[in-house]
Amino acid sequence: MDRRRFISKTSLSAMATVLGTDIVFAHKMPSGYTPLALQDPDPFERFKKDSDMSILNTKPWNIESKAHLLDDKVTPNKYMFIRNNGLIPENIDIKNWKLTIDGESVQNQKTYSLAELKTRFKTYTYQLTLECGGNGRSEFNPPAKGNQWTVGAVSCANWTGVRLRDVLQDVGYRSNAVYIGYHAADIHLSRNPEKEPISRGVPLAKAIQDETLLAFQMNGKDIPLVHGYPLRLIAGGWPASASGKWIDRISVRNKVHDGAKMKGTSYRVPCEPVAPGEKVADDDMCIIESMPVKSLITYPKTGALIKEGQALKIRGHAWAGELEVSRLEYSIDFGSTWYPCSLQKPVNRLAWQHFTAAIDHFPRKGYYEVWAKATDANGVSQPMLLPGWNPKGYLNNACHRIAIKVA
Amino acid sequence: MSFEKRFKNQVEILYRKIIVGFCVIFICIFSLLYVITNPTLLKKQPEEIALVEIPEEPEDLIENGIHVATGFVDADGLTEVIQNCTNCHSAKLVTQNRMTKEGWVATIRWMQETQNLWDLGNNEEIIVNYLAANYAPDKKGRRDILTDIEWYALEEN
Repeated sequence: MDRRRFISKTSLSAMATVLGTDIVFAHKMPSGYTPLALQDPDPFERFKKDSDMSILNTKPWNIESKAHLLDDKVTPNKYMFIRNNGLIPENIDIKNWKLTIDGESVQNQKTYSLAELKTRFKTYTYQLTLECGGNGRSEFNPPAKGNQWTVGAVSCANWTGVRLRDVLQDVGYRSNAVYIGYHAADIHLSRNPEKEPISRGVPLAKAIQDETLLAFQMNGKDIPLVHGYPLRLIAGGWPASASGKWIDRISVRNKVHDGAKMKGTSYRVPCEPVAPGEKVADDDMCIIESMPVKSLITYPKTGALIKEGQALKIRGHAWAGELEVSRLEYSIDFGSTWYPCSLQKPVNRLAWQHFTAAIDHFPRKGYYEVWAKATDANGVSQPMLLPGWNPKGYLNNACHRIAIKVA
Repeated sequence: MSFEKRFKNQVEILYRKIIVGFCVIFICIFSLLYVITNPTLLKKQPEEIALVEIPEEPEDLIENGIHVATGFVDADGLTEVIQNCTNCHSAKLVTQNRMTKEGWVATIRWMQETQNLWDLGNNEEIIVNYLAANYAPDKKGRRDILTDIEWYALEEN
């Protein structure tokens, strides 16, 4: 922004100096116009994101939301986090976009155009929770390497597409199929065309669930480019990296998919718990599957000052990977006592659930924290402290809290 | 040729001349109007040789010990870090992380093995020392206190 103002004050020749070339037809350029090459990429405008979103990284683009921005029951694009491993594909040609299904375990490789996918298979819409495996990483101690997500790398939008299962059945796969791996059109940061920024996948059992989609719409419109236009795999309830963007190939594998970011410490945690900071051998790391139970207080925004005697209404969402959330409680005394919230059923499997409560028992004036704790269908609750440390800082599902002052 | 036919021919010739004449008049009027409304048309465009204003090089600007263009701490090794660490990813990926010397070395090795990072040669020690000194882990315990709270009055809802 400052750069734009800076440029408007300087002469054409200065622009030419910055560009390293003369501006042909410069005298025909409207005054006050900044040549495209000099415009700052304004990510909020470019990706149609709210300007309160936090930019963690600009290359590759990684932008997170905030708890109070995620108040909508269905996450709109403007509040949806962006997580990229590589560079956004350039010059997408949807007329010639092809999805190829190949791999050791298909009978015959088969290719579909987008139009064929849309017309040959029935379409379904589900609201699906996508949370980055590294959401909450910033709290780990010792610190874990990577984008330092706080709480905002989660979304629950409506996704429309065809079932991956229907497509796989149309292709036909052998009984030795165990995993699917996706391949996509994004570009490696090194711009080496031989390298894929990310190529992950899910076990066959997850791939053939009703809700696992090859999606072409998000919230009723074409998927925004940064979220995977024109085709995205959606595997709700699993680390969002399993929901590959810009998909052009899916391989049906006879072994666990071995694409980029399936090995080492990527999206994997120690199979057996380790002490904080401990070194873990690659062979002792296991792939993250279903995400753990978690919740977020989306109203009010942290920092609310209320009057003595004023009731505080709170609300938010809770989710539990493959499971349903069965109970939601809040505490205003750091977990000494817990009170129930009212909790709605999910609109469909793998969608987050909404909770509300009215708190009218603050005993006296002062500083409080409202903590929320969800419990899943297996009786497993969110921890109040950080869960088990792991080398890349995944799966932090510690209770969310907001600060309140009664004055 | 009958008088009638000759007369008809003359009328036709006159008719054509009047049409052509009117066209010429219209073209003249429009040309004149165009020149009047665009007075610069007949003047020669000046060459673009305005004085070159050398912009203050924002690439080198340091404010409060921070290199403004990247957000890196200004310390020994800054140049080597910018040159080697911001080609593929933004500086933000570095500045938001905290690691020990050992952790930064391991990260460099991972990038060399999987992300096409080149051999850093003699610069590696300079870069690692810079990172370990300026981006070392903070002790934050098992759960930090809430910080940076912006207080606001919440009306009865």
